[in-house]
Order: sequence, then C-alpha cells, then structure tokens
Amino acid sequence: MSKQERSGASILVQGLVDQGVEFIFGYPGGAVLPIYDELFDDQRIRHILVRHEAGAAHAAEGYARSTGKPGVVLVTSGPGATNAVTGIADAYLDSIPLVVITGQVPTALIGTDAFQEADTIGITRHCTKHNYLVKDPSELKSTIEEAFRIATTGRPGPVVVDIPKDVQIALSNGEADAGSFVTSERYQPRTEGKTDKIAQAVAMMAEAEFPVFYTGGGVINSGPEASALLRQLQDITGAPVTSTLMGLGAFPADHPDWLGMLGMHGTFEANMAMNKCDLMICVGARFDDRVTGRLDAFSPDSKKVHIDIDRASINKTVPVDLGIVGDCATVLQQLIDAWGDRKAKDLGEWKARITGWRARESLAYPPKKDSIMPQLAIERLYALTKHRNPIITTEVGQHQMWAAQYFHFSDPNKWLTSGGLGTMGYGMPAAIGAQLGNPDDLVIDIAGEASIQMNIQELGTASQYRLPVKIFILNNEYMGMVRQWQELTYESRYSNSYSDSLPDFVALAEAYGWKGIRIEDEAGLDAGIEAMMAYDGPVIVDCQVSKDANCYPMIPSGAAHTEMLMYGDQVEGTMDDEAKALV
Amino acid sequence: MHIKEAKSERHVLAVTVDNEAGILAKIAGLFTARGYNIDSLTVADIAEDHATSRITIVTNGPPEVIDQIQAQLERLVPVHNVIDLTEEGPHVERELALIKVAGVGDDRVEALRLADVFRAQVVDVTTSSFIFELTGAPDKIDNFIALMRELGLVEVGRTGVAGMMRGAEA
Repeated sequence: MSKQERSGASILVQGLVDQGVEFIFGYPGGAVLPIYDELFDDQRIRHILVRHEAGAAHAAEGYARSTGKPGVVLVTSGPGATNAVTGIADAYLDSIPLVVITGQVPTALIGTDAFQEADTIGITRHCTKHNYLVKDPSELKSTIEEAFRIATTGRPGPVVVDIPKDVQIALSNGEADAGSFVTSERYQPRTEGKTDKIAQAVAMMAEAEFPVFYTGGGVINSGPEASALLRQLQDITGAPVTSTLMGLGAFPADHPDWLGMLGMHGTFEANMAMNKCDLMICVGARFDDRVTGRLDAFSPDSKKVHIDIDRASINKTVPVDLGIVGDCATVLQQLIDAWGDRKAKDLGEWKARITGWRARESLAYPPKKDSIMPQLAIERLYALTKHRNPIITTEVGQHQMWAAQYFHFSDPNKWLTSGGLGTMGYGMPAAIGAQLGNPDDLVIDIAGEASIQMNIQELGTASQYRLPVKIFILNNEYMGMVRQWQELTYESRYSNSYSDSLPDFVALAEAYGWKGIRIEDEAGLDAGIEAMMAYDGPVIVDCQVSKDANCYPMIPSGAAHTEMLMYGDQVEGTMDDEAKALV
Repeated sequence: MHIKEAKSERHVLAVTVDNEAGILAKIAGLFTARGYNIDSLTVADIAEDHATSRITIVTNGPPEVIDQIQAQLERLVPVHNVIDLTEEGPHVERELALIKVAGVGDDRVEALRLADVFRAQVVDVTTSSFIFELTGAPDKIDNFIALMRELGLVEVGRTGVAGMMRGAEA
C-alpha cells in the first residue's frame, strides 16, 4: 500500500468533508458498513441516525430547503435505498438539492439477486437529476465532486451515488483514471438570460397596464438574493405579486401588493388577477396543474413571460410569448438593470380592480361555537409565534393548505412543504433537518392526524438529538382533503377516509420523552400554543378541530380560475367523468 | 369518457451522449415515463476515444411535444446535444434491412428481379431462399418488404434509421 492509498469509504468521507458537509442523515446496514466504520471516529461530519430511511431523505430535504445547502443521505442497499425513494422523488419534483449515497452489494454479486440487492440505479433513474454506479474507487472523488455540482447548480435536484461494498473497501490513490468523464464539459447550466430577451421583457413590462408577477419555488432555490431582487423589481414596476405554494416567503405577505397564493386553494384576488392580467411575468414557477386549473381557460388574454433555469419547463404545459432561460436572481438583476430609470405605468385602474376582488374576502370562514375552526387555529398559531419568525414545515392535505393560506411569510427558506409530489409524512423529518440546520430557530411542523402517522417513528430521532421541534396537529379525525373531495365528487361516500383507532397523541409524545399538549376548545387554544412555545424541548400539540371544516376557496378540478368555490357554496354532489379523471 | 389523441408528425433526432453505462435505459425510459413515442432507435459508439455515442431516434408527436422531447433530452446530464434533423432542414436518412424470402419457381425469379430493381444485395442464398440486404430511406424498405410479402417473405430485420444533415457542417 503506497502512502496515498486509501479505501473507497475513506475517499468518500473525505470527499464529503471537502464539500463542506455538516450532517449526514442515514441508517446503517450491511452494504454500507465500511462507510459507517469510517464515520465512527470522524469528528468532521455529524451523522444523524433516523428511524426509517424515508425520514432520512425528508430530513435532508428540510435541511436543504431551510439552509440552501445540499442535504446528504446515507443508506444501505436494497430496502435502505427503496425506502429512500419517496424522499428522492419528492426532492426531484420540488427541485431540492440532495446527494444520496446508497450502498450496493459487491460488484461480483450485482445482478444475481443477492441478499439486499435492488437495482438502485434503475429504480432511481427517473426520479433523480442524475445517478451513478461507482465501480472503481479511483472514480469516487470526481464522482462526488460532480454529484454535488449537479445537485446544487442549474435546476437543483437529487443525485444518487450507488457504491458497491467492495468499492468501499478497495484501495486507491483517489485520482480518477485518465479517460473518465471530464465534468466541466458535459454539464453547463445556463444562468444568464439572453440580452435581447431581457430587453424584450422590459419593453413588455413597461407597456403593461395589468401586469402580475407569478413567482415560484425557483426564486427560493435561487437563494435569498433572488427574493431581495424580486422585491426590488416589484418596487420599480409596481406590479402585484402572487406565488405558488413553493414560492411562499419570496415576497413579504404584509406588502400591499401581495395577492396571496394562487391556484386551486389560492385567493380570489390572486386567481382573478391571473385571469384578467395583460402581462404575466412568471419567475421560477412551472405552470403546474394545481396552479393553472383548466388549461384552455388559463389567463386567456395575457402575454406571458417565463423565467426558468430549466429550458424544459418553458412551453411544457402553457405556451408563452417570451421564454428566458436563466437563474432567477441573475435574470431579475438583468431586468432591474435593463429597466434603468424608466417610469412605471400608472396601475391605478388595475389596483382598483384588485381591491374589488379583495373585498370578496375569499379566506373568510364561518365562526363555530362548539369547536375550533382549523383556520382559526392557524391564525392564532401565526399571531402567537410570528415574533420568532419560525420555520414552518407541513405534511400534506387540508392542514397544509390552511397553513399556506393563514400563516404568513416574509422571508424565504421559512416554509418547507411537499408541493410537487405531495408526500404525507414529509413534515416531521423535514422539521428535524431544519432544526439541525437552524439550531436557534423555532421550527413547527403543522400536521394532520393522518399524515403525522406516516413517519411517526421519527419522534425518536428528535428525542435522541435533543431537537426542540414542535408538532402542531390539526386533528379532525379525517383524511380531510380526501373527505372534501369525496363530498365534492362522490356524494359524501366517505370511503376509508375516517381516521379510526387514532393513538393518544399526548401519551405517544410522553412515551418518546416529548411533551404532549391537548387543545380541546377555543378557550384553551392560546394557552396551548403558549405552553408549546414555553417548553424547551420537543412538543406534540393535539389540537382538536372542527371535524367538517373544508378548505376554501377552491377551484374544482377541471374548472377555470374564475370559477372558484367559496365557503358556504353548495358543494356536495357529483362530477362528470372528465372532471373525475383529473386529480 | 374517451381518451383524446392529438395529431402527430414524424421527427428524426440525432442525440450525442456520453458513452456510459445505463445511458440507453435513461433515454428509452424518458420516452416511456413521459409518454413519448419511439418509432425506431439506433445507437453506436462514434468517437475515436470511445467516449461518445450517437443515438438516432425516430419519434412522432404534436409539434409542442417534439419540442418538449428535445428539451427533456437536453436536460439529461450525459446528453451533449440534440439535433432535430426534421426541423433543421435537408438531411439524409438511411436504414439497413435484411429480408429473407423463401420460394421456388416464378416467385423466386420475381423476387430476384425486384431485388435488382431496388438495388438490394443477395447476402445468402440456398436453393429455396434468399437473404437480401437493402439500404435506403425507410419508405423504400417498406415498399420492398410489401412486395416480398407476396413472394414468400419469411423474416425481416431492420436497423432503424441513421440520419445526418446535408452539407459540409457537422
């Protein structure tokens, strides 16, 4: 063994250290034992032991989304890798930078149906930005470098590096053989918008009488600078701003030109502004079906400018008049520079129409005497915690939409939710990852009683690492969004949407060494939230809310932006098959 | 309720990729995962250092889908570039086919005569069969196969299309 020779596992760990990795979220197993042994006495990286590999992937996502740094996952072969797949797919749809290291059976056993063998590369091929099977330890160093570069630049996303056990043990001097890929040549994301297109966009913005900014998760992914530049561009143009679920926080919710979230459960004013605008400036969003509603009725009379770092997002579902491929922050800066000292048009008429739409008060909900309305619970949670500027994670369902509607954000990286894939069970592990990355912040997972059970085992992870995360469960004893759709579409035939046999969440919290708080009525709501805040450790709040509250406003599937249902509209019924077929 | 189908057009895409394990599965899988069509696909190593391959894909779909296919292919890390030959302009398309025809008597004579008309080569011969090798544009091969069907066609093997832009530029 020459002096510089090291094992594959050692090269890997050194590669992670070189990338500035602070935390690895993982779970050991046979095919990653050499890597775990390498980590055993390594003081440079902290390994966070989750309770299930799904938790590892979501925790890494939460860490990544709240810090802007890539999340790193380490799992074993076979079931370790397949358990992580949901989190990988989630990161792929929401463009979250992850590097997922998976162990693999020894090279000689690949393809023999060996113990704990799965075709990880095959399984993850279409839910990763890129993946690798490393067959030679000398390629590990360059592979890790490229994996991080691919995960974090361009449109971010998950990258899987599958490493057979023998490659972890084999020795190498760590240098790639000549002839292996030259990473700088093949992967060159475009960050700067083309000058002529920038000029064209500015001309369109200067001409518009009814402009709207439609912003998305791309602004968050582009870094805090992009949010600052968005505010600056909005300030000089005066155009109102709406955002997708993923983009909340890029623009301050207390700004007079903030329209609220758009789309299926967006505000009336946001969706009407999208429908009636003459210029839509889409920044880092992707015309998702949850946003557009019925495509042939989507913003029929507007010119559309689409800024996106992913060329494939442009013209994918909605044809646009001007596509600008580039990084949000870079392009926003280019637009500001090109705007120069132009004067914005008088948008008085447009703003007056928006004020009219606001007057509909689409987020209003009827008060209830005998139970807590879930909307009220979120409003109180916001009022009592906003001075701490908390990081909010969510699970998926009604509570997620209520959190998006009634919890207001003024900064990026504070709102972590599973938007694209819609993964129940995302919130608690994401909160764990966010808390590790932001030890001084208040981190709250707003959950539903059904979603929280999907990764409930991670209670133990928070206990082990003394993470003071809070879980605020809106408990209505239903998979509420499923029930709501069954009311809308299937005449309230509640097929399997009742949360039967629920655990006693307070007792469950205590079993894991957490504090448990139960809120049963409105009188106890504020006190319960205060008690949660006052406790210096992890807390589950079981907030029992109205069992039949639904999430409004709502654009039913197959409907246009102008056809919103409000609270109090008659909603029970059936739909035709065309509408039923939409999700 | 019925599933709607959109009008489609045929395009030939030339894709240059890193010659690495799994790249073909990645590209073929992209087509199946996103519901795009593959009419034919050929792949071979084309570089002196064996570092890159060229994949020629014949696909069909509405124009906006063809544009998406190109964008989605370009997004893959090992893909260097994608050229839509149909969109770019004058290009040549060639395909090679092996066609086995069995028969005796007049049919056999007629098959040989037609092969001559189509400039097909005879690459194997027995007293009761021929294998013809035919190179050309896909519709020429289609036509030849259609004629052979009446004269004792036994088996067809086709390579799929390879294509290239006309002129001096790469």
